[in-house]
Amino acid sequence: MSDGTATPAVVRVEGVTKTFPRGNVTALENIELEVAPREFVSLIGPSGCGKSTLLRVIGDLIEPTAGTVRVNGKSARQARRDGGYGIVFQEAVLYDWRSIAKNIALPLEMLGWSRRRRRERVAEMLELVELTSFADHHPWQLSGGMQQRVAIARALSFEPSLLLMDEPFGALDEMTRERLNLELLSIWEQTGNSVVFVTHSISEAVFLSSRVVVMSPRPGRIAGFVEIDLPHPRTVETREAPRFFELVTEVRELLRRRGEHLLPEEEAVLE
Amino acid sequence: MSNAAAVVRSPPARRRRASVVGGLARAGLVALVAAALVGFWELYHWVWVSTGWTWPFVVNDTSMPHVWTIYHAFGQPAQVNQPALINVLLHKTAFTAKEAAAGFGLGALIGFALAVVLAQVRLLQRGFLPYIVGSQTVPILAIAPMVVLWVNPRLPGSLQGWGAVAVIATYLTFFPVTINTLRGLQSADPRALELMRTYAASRWAVLWKLRVPASLPYLFSALRLAATASVVGAIIGELPTGLQDGLGGAIINFNQYYSIEPQELWATNVIAAALGIAFFVIVVLAEKAIVRRAPEETA
Amino acid sequence: MTLRPRIGVVVEWLPPLVVFALVVGLWEGLVRALHVQQFLLPKPSTIISVFWTQRHVLWPAGWYTFKEALGGFAIGSGAGVVAATVVGRFRTAGQALMPIFIAANAVPIIAFAPIFGAWFNPIQPQSKMAIAAVLCFLPVMVNTLRGLQSARPRQVELMRSYAASELEIWRRVRVPTALPFLFTALKVASVLSMIGAIVGEYFGGAMNALGVTINTDAQIFQFDAAWAGILVASLLGIALYSAVVVAERLVVRWSPEARVS
Repeated sequence: MSDGTATPAVVRVEGVTKTFPRGNVTALENIELEVAPREFVSLIGPSGCGKSTLLRVIGDLIEPTAGTVRVNGKSARQARRDGGYGIVFQEAVLYDWRSIAKNIALPLEMLGWSRRRRRERVAEMLELVELTSFADHHPWQLSGGMQQRVAIARALSFEPSLLLMDEPFGALDEMTRERLNLELLSIWEQTGNSVVFVTHSISEAVFLSSRVVVMSPRPGRIAGFVEIDLPHPRTVETREAPRFFELVTEVRELLRRRGEHLLPEEEAVLE
Repeated sequence: MSNAAAVVRSPPARRRRASVVGGLARAGLVALVAAALVGFWELYHWVWVSTGWTWPFVVNDTSMPHVWTIYHAFGQPAQVNQPALINVLLHKTAFTAKEAAAGFGLGALIGFALAVVLAQVRLLQRGFLPYIVGSQTVPILAIAPMVVLWVNPRLPGSLQGWGAVAVIATYLTFFPVTINTLRGLQSADPRALELMRTYAASRWAVLWKLRVPASLPYLFSALRLAATASVVGAIIGELPTGLQDGLGGAIINFNQYYSIEPQELWATNVIAAALGIAFFVIVVLAEKAIVRRAPEETA
Repeated sequence: MTLRPRIGVVVEWLPPLVVFALVVGLWEGLVRALHVQQFLLPKPSTIISVFWTQRHVLWPAGWYTFKEALGGFAIGSGAGVVAATVVGRFRTAGQALMPIFIAANAVPIIAFAPIFGAWFNPIQPQSKMAIAAVLCFLPVMVNTLRGLQSARPRQVELMRSYAASELEIWRRVRVPTALPFLFTALKVASVLSMIGAIVGEYFGGAMNALGVTINTDAQIFQFDAAWAGILVASLLGIALYSAVVVAERLVVRWSPEARVS
């Protein structure tokens, strides 16, 4: 990761533990993680390994029981207040009463951008996700994949240096998912922000990431890291490269080794 | 996620205990709210009387009789040589409840049947739905005397009088049932409908095995509304018919003596309110017993 | 493509019009064929002709009662929204009190109509407004409260990620979520307010009020005039209801249901 030179990490998670008092569940235990500028990090692991919780702790949507989180050198809370990150959930979470353009403009309104600047930026973002002709539509008129592209455009609209994504393509079909993977990569290359990406899919994690973080459950811990050295730009062919399969196998092995004590049905999730 | 697992694994005994505690808390809350209402009533009375405020209306022992005056009225005969008011009112309540229950049953049946027919034939739905909505804007109180004139001669002896009022209660009851059931019948999951199609299920089978079960939560939320509507319908129906056996008759009667003995009208209204709430609670309990699945909020 | 909307309009309006013609025709025909007595059910043609000849009495009476209903509708619905906002501010209190509000909604308020007559001068419109307002209050309050509480958790979480204040979450998420609930309640309330005003007038009201007119006509067995009055009441009730529906379509433009129903 960091090679000793003092590049300031975008995300620095130190000794984070999170226990939920109800049911006394330890969701995260002593997590250490750094995300460098322009890095694309995927969190992968079976259900209950705390990867979504970790994402929310980074976003200051959940407070850790112990440990600290710093985003761009600031406390997580301050970073949230300053519009330090954009977030995308598994569902698009669009606001039904706002048009597509106004959904994308929402964070800009919250940050107090002028009307003119908002209009310009929204037009840019719509172009980025290729939905310009849908600006005045309402969410219910769009397909699931299109809705998710709106959510991504909204998360990127205020140019945050960090993008948090919680299984953003989990509810989509395989073909849409692969196309959006490519789109996400090209957006990431254009914007140059850091991404923390939660997923269930090994191949998605390997295809997208610079680094894959494998997590194990009960309590949620980091089981290991896999550096992804596939060249950029990644294309459809990347998925067919021998190196891609080696890396997929490496991640799978890591998951399997740590998952030996899992119940059978939980292991099925990993496939 | 892990929280859900914990809930599933919690032993039933703990859940039962939790529900008992919840029930007690709820009963305590009801008592608290009732006490607060009584307190507010007396406080309002005292403040307005002592300050002499007359807005929005003049407060005195006639316009707002003391809670204890109303309470005492229950124990005393309204007229000489009569039993205590509470006994008289309970008899009248039973009579009104009979009308309301008959109206409720009939209205629920008609409302449900109408919804099933309209759900099956879209053309009928397009044609009739606006009038079903419009029917509720007809001031039923104004029609009641004509309904009674028309219905009463056609009823067998045992239904004379109260049967016509039940018809009026039916009129108010069927509406929420039709509207909500229709929505419920159309709420069936499209994937489940497709599954039924793969079984080559008949229209009839789709209706009874899929659409009707899907509509049950909607039906019950409608029945809760209908329970209230049936009591309102019974009281409204009694008003212009001159029927003296029910609460509506009592309201008309005591209204004439309001300036002398307001507590009797108030006592009657307290009982009427209790009857409405009782009908509602019965439907809620019936729903809990019949629909054994996740509680749904569809109003 | 250009023909489509026009066909849609026809499909939407034709069945109700056919039903209307059929029902009125059948009513007229049956009353004539079976020689039904005038006091039981007058012919539609008779009702319409009385409706026309007595228009100078009926419309002012209808307007008088309509104003009472409208006043009660505005006061009751407004108070319902305010109360829901206040109670919704305190979430646990709102959730605990909800079953009680719902049960209170089961009280037959109509039974209290004569008391309002005694509180206010029964000749004055305030007493009818008060009944209509009380009738409208609870359904509006209960539904608005439920609407304010049914914002989707993820939508709120996303607002938190923008560091939105509670007030901003309320304005940008909770209120828009509650609007369809509010309009459902307002539709119910619009019908209730008209009924409340007329029931109120049953226990005494100004001579030129619609409820009083209908009641008097019925008592002196002028049923055709009573029916004409009922027609006026229904038309005004439908007008208020339709106004709410139009307002809903203007305000809740985003939902697919707003277009269909």
